[in-house]
Amino acid sequence: MKDLSKNASRILTAVALAGFAVFLWLAYKGIALGPYEARIVRLSGIYAIAALSMNLINGFTGQFSLGQAGFMALGAYTTSLLVIPPEAKESLYWVEPINPFVRNLQAPFLVALIAGGLMASFFAFFIGFPVLRLKGDYLAIATLGFSEIIRIFITNLIPITNGPVGLKNIPSTANILWTSLSCAAIVVLLLRLMKTSYGRTFKAIRDDEVAAEAMGISLFKHKLMSFLLSAFIAGISGGLLASVVGAITPAYFRFTLAYEILLIVVLGGQGSITGSVVGAIILSVSKEWLRFLDSGFNLLFFRVPEIAGLRMLVFSLLLMAIILFYRRGLFGSREFSWNSIYRPIAFLINKIRKPKKEAGDDSA
Amino acid sequence: MIQNLTTEMFIQSVANAISVGSLYAMVAIGYTMVYGILRLINFAHSDIFMMSMYFVFYLITIFALPWPIAFIAAVLATGVLGIVVEAAAYRPLREAPRISVLISSIGVSYLMENFGVVVFSGIQKQFPPVPAFQSVVVIGSIYFQKLSLYMPVVTAISVVGLLYLIDKTKIGMAMRATSKDYETAKLMGININTVISTTFAIGSMLACVGAIMWGLKYPKIEPYVGIMPGLKCFIAAVIGGIGNIKGAVVGAYLLGFMEIMIVLFIPALSSYKDAFAFIMLIAILLLRPAGILGEKKADKV
Repeated sequence: MKDLSKNASRILTAVALAGFAVFLWLAYKGIALGPYEARIVRLSGIYAIAALSMNLINGFTGQFSLGQAGFMALGAYTTSLLVIPPEAKESLYWVEPINPFVRNLQAPFLVALIAGGLMASFFAFFIGFPVLRLKGDYLAIATLGFSEIIRIFITNLIPITNGPVGLKNIPSTANILWTSLSCAAIVVLLLRLMKTSYGRTFKAIRDDEVAAEAMGISLFKHKLMSFLLSAFIAGISGGLLASVVGAITPAYFRFTLAYEILLIVVLGGQGSITGSVVGAIILSVSKEWLRFLDSGFNLLFFRVPEIAGLRMLVFSLLLMAIILFYRRGLFGSREFSWNSIYRPIAFLINKIRKPKKEAGDDSA
Repeated sequence: MIQNLTTEMFIQSVANAISVGSLYAMVAIGYTMVYGILRLINFAHSDIFMMSMYFVFYLITIFALPWPIAFIAAVLATGVLGIVVEAAAYRPLREAPRISVLISSIGVSYLMENFGVVVFSGIQKQFPPVPAFQSVVVIGSIYFQKLSLYMPVVTAISVVGLLYLIDKTKIGMAMRATSKDYETAKLMGININTVISTTFAIGSMLACVGAIMWGLKYPKIEPYVGIMPGLKCFIAAVIGGIGNIKGAVVGAYLLGFMEIMIVLFIPALSSYKDAFAFIMLIAILLLRPAGILGEKKADKV
């Protein structure tokens, strides 16, 4: 049994991507999906971006950071403040009047998204300097702490962020094309990055810091680079998220958001780019699919009443099962390959064919 | 602002800081004990804290037990919960990388919160009042809740008891041995699983005592009630030197005093109160990563 040739794999990938592009185009035109399904696809894309951002620093560089929620909040607020029209902003700020400088800031959506990413990176730079000297769980708790500090400041800087009330009427620019194309761009960026010397350096740091340092790698410089890029990507996902949900509050960016993203990364496999994307899709779709649990359902012969939150309980049980029994996730640290689908199929076909062949041999 | 400060206010704040510090200490010990043995930040500890508040709530409101019996039953139930969490979520990962166990603790925490929402409902509940603790004492012109007089006493008794257990008893010796060197302790015939279960039981029971006092002081419960106290107590444990029980107590009182005093002297910052703990955490991690009482350990290569 032979593996697929490189060309065959390429053709399959091209066909799958083309099919996906057609599907997205139809979805964009409103033919393939209704608005509700389209929203799930948009959210999957955004969760995929957020998971990629966490995977870059956790899975590829081996630095366990839980600060994603804070960076997403920075991105979301920056983007929103740049895209909400000044008059609309003014009417939102009824607790305290808006800072005039913030009121008049305006930018097109793409610029606003990138600004959100840069804002997250900017803060990551100052956070990374002290924090990246820490290791393992200390780093986790320090980044989590910083993300909470960011959230507390957002809650209290009322003239700029509108405080706990949050921002509303964020233009819904991020349609299905925006989210999917951004996600695709970041996937390609990361796939390319991991082939460069920087990518290999990140992996070297993950696998053995001491050995990496002995090979002349500057640990701090590369950790900071990975951290900044990760924050940038998280900022972008935050900006897109703000545009999709339309209203954000500081409470939205509690560190439980970082937990959810972490669980996507674990599900897909730490250190697998395609894994994060698949994980995000599975997670967003199954969370919606499990929604029937909240509204009551028929279990064999009796009716289970409506229980709020049952969906999330079942969901977290499934996640615990993955964590305990399927620790490496769907893809481990490998990427998706057609061979992983082809091999079992080819194996089965061979099994079915073989007895026939043997019969033929006997008659001859 | 400072000119308005009266002696009464100051004494009131000191009393408040002592009671908050006592609360933090009870929960911080749980973090530090687990870290000492498993090298794990037990993210689920804050949810064990939350669950124990609900235990007390249901034992008093539904089973209508008198408070002393309800408190003892809740403490025991929480101890069992701690053992169950350890056996279900951490024991299967004993040989796995540490990060997997950390992720598992995040998963359990998430699970218990969602469990709380389903079973206890997300609607806020009132912690049952116990007049014996909540009546007010007047000394001079200063008002105390009786509770804030009892809190430091309860904490002191628990800490002394715990230190006796760890320093003088056989199981305590086994705990110290396990936290020093896991493999060697195993070779010396120590049943690691029993030691770890005991650690979780004790940590959880102390968290329950902390939760009872917390509930009496801030009487509202909801499934996310444990998160902030949990994080702060973890920070207290890190400040004192994680893995060190006396350190956790010192860190807890230090954090309690800092929080109350900053708000007393600079009231303008009171809405940033929750950020102090994190700022302190980061400062201590940078200046003295081993904490105040922790010993510095070299990395093994």
